[in-house]
Amino acid sequence: MSYQGKFRVWRGDDSGGGLEDFTVEVNEGEVVLDIIHRLQATQAPDLAVRWNCKAGKCGSCSAEVNGRPRLLCMTRMSIFEEAETITVTPMRTFPIIRDLVTDVSFNYTKAREVPSFQPPKDLAPGEYRMQQVDVERSQEFRKCIECFLCQNTCHVVRDHEENKEAFSGPRFLMRVAELEMHPLDTADRVDQAQDDHGLGYCNITKCCSEVCPEHIHITDNALIPMKERVADRKYDPIVWLGNKLFRRS
Amino acid sequence: MARAQIAARTLRTDRWWLPPLTTFAGLLLISIYAAFRTFQGDFYWVDQYHYLTPMYSPCLSEECVPAASHFGQPLPALPGFLTPPVVIIPFLLGFRITCYYYRKAYYRAAWASPPACAVAEPHAKYTGETRFPLIAQNLHRYFFYAASILLCVNIYDTVLAFGTGLGLGNLILLVNVSLLAAYTLSCHSCRHIAGGRLKHFSKHPVRYWMWTQVSKLNNRHMQLAWASLIFVCLTDLYVALVASETISDLRFIN
Amino acid sequence: MPELERHSFDVLVIGAGGAGLRAAIEAREHGLRTAVLCKSLFGKAHTVMAEGGIAAAMGNVNSSDSWQVHFRDTMRGGKFLNNWRMAELHAQEAPQRVWELETYGALFDRTKDGRISQRNFGGHEYPRLAHVGDRTGLELIRTLQQKIVSLQQEDFKETGDYEHRLRVFQEFTVTDLVKDGDRIAGAFGYWRESGRFVLFEAPAVILATGGIGKSFKVTSNSWEYTGDGHALALRAGASLINMEFIQFHPTGMVWPPSVKGILVTESVRGDGGVLRNSDGKRFMFDYIPEVFKDKYADNEEEADRWYTDQAGNRRPPELLPRDEVARAINSEVKEGRGSPHGGVFLDVSTRLPAEEIRRRLPSMHHQFKELADVDITAQPMEVGPTCHYVMGGVEVDPDTGSSSVPGLYAAGEVSGGMHGSNRLGGNSLSDLLVFGRRAGAGAAEYVRGLSDRPAIAEEAVTEARATALKPFQQEGGENPYTLHMELQQSMNDLVGIIRRAEEMDEALQRLEKLKERARSLSVEGHQQFNPGWHLALDLRNMLLVSECVARAALLRTESRGGHTRDDHPSMDAEWRRKLLVCAVSGDGVEVVEKPQIPIRSDLLDLFDRSELEKYLTAEELA
Ligand SMILES: Cc1cc2nc3c(=O)[nH]c(=O)nc-3n(C[C@H](O)[C@H](O)[C@H](O)COP(=O)(O)OP(=O)(O)OC[C@H]3O[C@@H](n4cnc5c(N)ncnc54)[C@H](O)[C@@H]3O)c2cc1C
Ligand code: SF4
Ligand code: SF4
Ligand code: FES
Ligand code: FES
Repeated sequence: MSYQGKFRVWRGDDSGGGLEDFTVEVNEGEVVLDIIHRLQATQAPDLAVRWNCKAGKCGSCSAEVNGRPRLLCMTRMSIFEEAETITVTPMRTFPIIRDLVTDVSFNYTKAREVPSFQPPKDLAPGEYRMQQVDVERSQEFRKCIECFLCQNTCHVVRDHEENKEAFSGPRFLMRVAELEMHPLDTADRVDQAQDDHGLGYCNITKCCSEVCPEHIHITDNALIPMKERVADRKYDPIVWLGNKLFRRS
Repeated sequence: MARAQIAARTLRTDRWWLPPLTTFAGLLLISIYAAFRTFQGDFYWVDQYHYLTPMYSPCLSEECVPAASHFGQPLPALPGFLTPPVVIIPFLLGFRITCYYYRKAYYRAAWASPPACAVAEPHAKYTGETRFPLIAQNLHRYFFYAASILLCVNIYDTVLAFGTGLGLGNLILLVNVSLLAAYTLSCHSCRHIAGGRLKHFSKHPVRYWMWTQVSKLNNRHMQLAWASLIFVCLTDLYVALVASETISDLRFIN
Repeated sequence: MPELERHSFDVLVIGAGGAGLRAAIEAREHGLRTAVLCKSLFGKAHTVMAEGGIAAAMGNVNSSDSWQVHFRDTMRGGKFLNNWRMAELHAQEAPQRVWELETYGALFDRTKDGRISQRNFGGHEYPRLAHVGDRTGLELIRTLQQKIVSLQQEDFKETGDYEHRLRVFQEFTVTDLVKDGDRIAGAFGYWRESGRFVLFEAPAVILATGGIGKSFKVTSNSWEYTGDGHALALRAGASLINMEFIQFHPTGMVWPPSVKGILVTESVRGDGGVLRNSDGKRFMFDYIPEVFKDKYADNEEEADRWYTDQAGNRRPPELLPRDEVARAINSEVKEGRGSPHGGVFLDVSTRLPAEEIRRRLPSMHHQFKELADVDITAQPMEVGPTCHYVMGGVEVDPDTGSSSVPGLYAAGEVSGGMHGSNRLGGNSLSDLLVFGRRAGAGAAEYVRGLSDRPAIAEEAVTEARATALKPFQQEGGENPYTLHMELQQSMNDLVGIIRRAEEMDEALQRLEKLKERARSLSVEGHQQFNPGWHLALDLRNMLLVSECVARAALLRTESRGGHTRDDHPSMDAEWRRKLLVCAVSGDGVEVVEKPQIPIRSDLLDLFDRSELEKYLTAEELA
């Protein structure tokens, strides 16, 4: 059941690099990460790749396979033809460290800019009561394994490095939505989303939702509802007029 | 620190250009047809069976065929080449143009921003919907309200047409308003207003139920957007063909 | 030689799993400058993989539950070898630790009245596991990660620096602990990214490095589990206990080969899944041990009724403690009644409606669909035992997590004692929180009480650096990948789920040879992100820890929990009174016996005498 597969893997670091060709054994039931590991064990011991759980749970092994952002450990070899040359490249949006490993610190910086959960002051631990229907929306977003594939794919930063400053990316806009929909969060998240995290940059072209390995409906359930909340507040002409007339802030 | 040096604009090996191309072609065809029909200014009313094409409804200005003006003619005759639909088209078009689905479709297909996922876009700068004019996309909510009113008008037209009996045209009008209603109900703004904006569903069981139902439709928003758009054109074409006596309506009763 | 990067903190936490993060939060809340060091990215530690839930006797679903019942279940699960004080603290404090998570923003699944929902799990008398679908570990780690971020935001507001009091060093491996005399003085390691070395000066170090599974071939553990913390503690002069007890989870995937070992959560069985052999028989009814006869149903009707009426029926035998189920599967396969790929069948498809399966077990559904092309709503899964958890670890003081080395603390899977000879599902996540917090507080107290800070001698640093660089200096030596594979194979075959004296002797001989060959390991390339080099350094730890496991297993001539001897198949009450302690000796380890601390009498009174008779000697009962 095994065959010799053709691979092109990007190798290099921030001073340069390129695609290198390899021929590697492929066995039944394997995923791309198995092949990369076989490469390490047999032909390229210093090939850098980031991984951890090998079960699609930790979101470490993000890269691009045939140009598509994917988890290496969840990309089965059986989706490719045996004769096909499979190209494996690092995520494009983040600075390269080496080979398939990129510097994802952008995401940790953005994570830190989202104000944390603010519980009601009068509730002691153990007194929290929430209904299942009320937690379900935020629970969907908390399925996120922080693979950052959505951040990598989003053209706002992928194609425009300069937008990284103003735009937190789908993962962290979704985090804002998660807190906004958290039944017990007391902070106001709507203005934050628009003013501090660049919700307006998103043009809802849905690539984040397309690549999310957890199949979270990022655009439909987080981004658009946030845009609607912003519209409630900022673009409602009646509210706007009221604010102008009565100088409310 | 720099990004990995990869020269290719994309390494995707599938036919990623096909969906945007199809979308573009589809939208273009439909726009051409709609523009043609709008400025044709004729064949929108079948007097015998009371079929009014949705593209001309409501017909509010004085050049309308009087019987087609179900809501009177509050507006004077329009000057120059303008035809009755120009009064309502800003709302219909506005609704579709600011629709979250269509935005995705034409940003990708017409503006290549991005053409497909993980394919570099050709523009040097990008500010998304943060400033004028695209910031106006946030007005979708108000177009939704307007479109809902127009939908009611279309439903009224459809019901009126049943007064003359039953023909294929009636059925087509019925399917048309059903699709339009499904599309409008599946709107993201509708989903938000129905219940999405609430923090505690459990305190509003009725609105939670509505939200759940709208969410189900919302899952199909793209399909409904296309189905309703194409069907509006087909409905219009059918009415035009019957009105111009190119074909005759297939009658079941009367 | 490039300039050595140096940092100074009050408390170093090695490991960013549940235990490490909870410890760091506690140390920071005590006002100490704290660093967290971890091998992978922040938020990706092994804890993320935990599925089923956190055990805590909150009594939300069944109000009869209490810490006493939880304590009893834990002791039973561990076959009474547990450190009773740890089991007591754990059972008492777990509910508070879970509730605390809610204040950090966690969103558990809810009961109808809005409390945290709790599910059934093997060995737990009542529904006890707080959970979020089957991704509880992710929720736990994300919540703690976000709590850390919130503390950093507080510090930022106060000082303008997010990392003023709490800093995370990710993708950083600690290779050695550094001491000043007999107390801890810091830690030495390298950035995985650049290979550059760093010295951390700190009077207290908390080990929270997790387990050792990567020494076995079939395991649910990730590459992080190379026993680093166990080895660091050993080399620093601390001792390990209970290393012979390794939990083989009964249900790991067996096919396809590349995913062999990946876990199939116990919730599948908790939610109604049953085990069948190739004859279609629910074989677990044949494997109920004497000690559990009055708690487990002996017929299918009663077992099935239990899911809806737990008060009136005994539980299905699929929910026996893990060691029992793993052994049962092992013998079914041995006797030729296994599935095509050498496991048995685990079936929920005929037990629950498809919709319900997708709702309750989403990630299992996803995992089998994506990795094995199996739709668990329509087909049975194929499962077999997989190395999952090490009960053994650093011997610590229950109340503070302190090891025998001043300044060295341990919490989580790397510590030993709490789970005795076998851990109950869900008891690990609660263990992480309870003892993570205690170790954080213990370390803080220790640092507060110091009159002077320990100093680091330059020689220690030079030596640590030389050890780390050795694989580069040698050419034409052994390939670390080959060595690792041989180690895994030996441990799996010879010190695996069923053990025999001759096999373990052979294992020890093989380990001796591997150790020899490991001295001449060589790696290619340079220090920057070099997986070959990383593995070479990890191997040192795996070999040391594997030796502890094999030596202890050879000495313990009985079968108990996660230690099954073919040549000594029964449990021996005399052995319950003895712990095996592993410490460094020469360039290897030695294992010696140590008396177990007797259980406090008021805790003993929680059990029926008839039950105690199964475990304790006549002398102890008198
Ligand atoms: C698949 C699976 C499912 C599980 N399900 C459950 C469950 O449902 N309920 C339950 O209670 N338990 C479960 N467990 C067990 C439980 O998840 C683990 O025992 C627990 O997460 C261990 O946590 P920890 O904090 O001790 O260490 P980990 O979370 O493993 O963290 C170890 C940390 O130490 C770091 N580290 C290690 N070595 C070094 C070094 N040399 N230098 C620097 N950093 C280092 C690692 O990078 C990592 O950050 C499961 C385990 C597995 C494998
Ligand atoms: S939908 Fe918005 S956030 Fe998502 S990829 Fe597109 S632009 Fe980025
Ligand atoms: S939202 Fe999805 S794609 Fe984005 S980081 Fe989370 S899991 Fe990955
Ligand atoms: S390795 Fe964890 S997601 Fe791939
Ligand atoms: S989102 Fe498409 S119509 Fe409102």
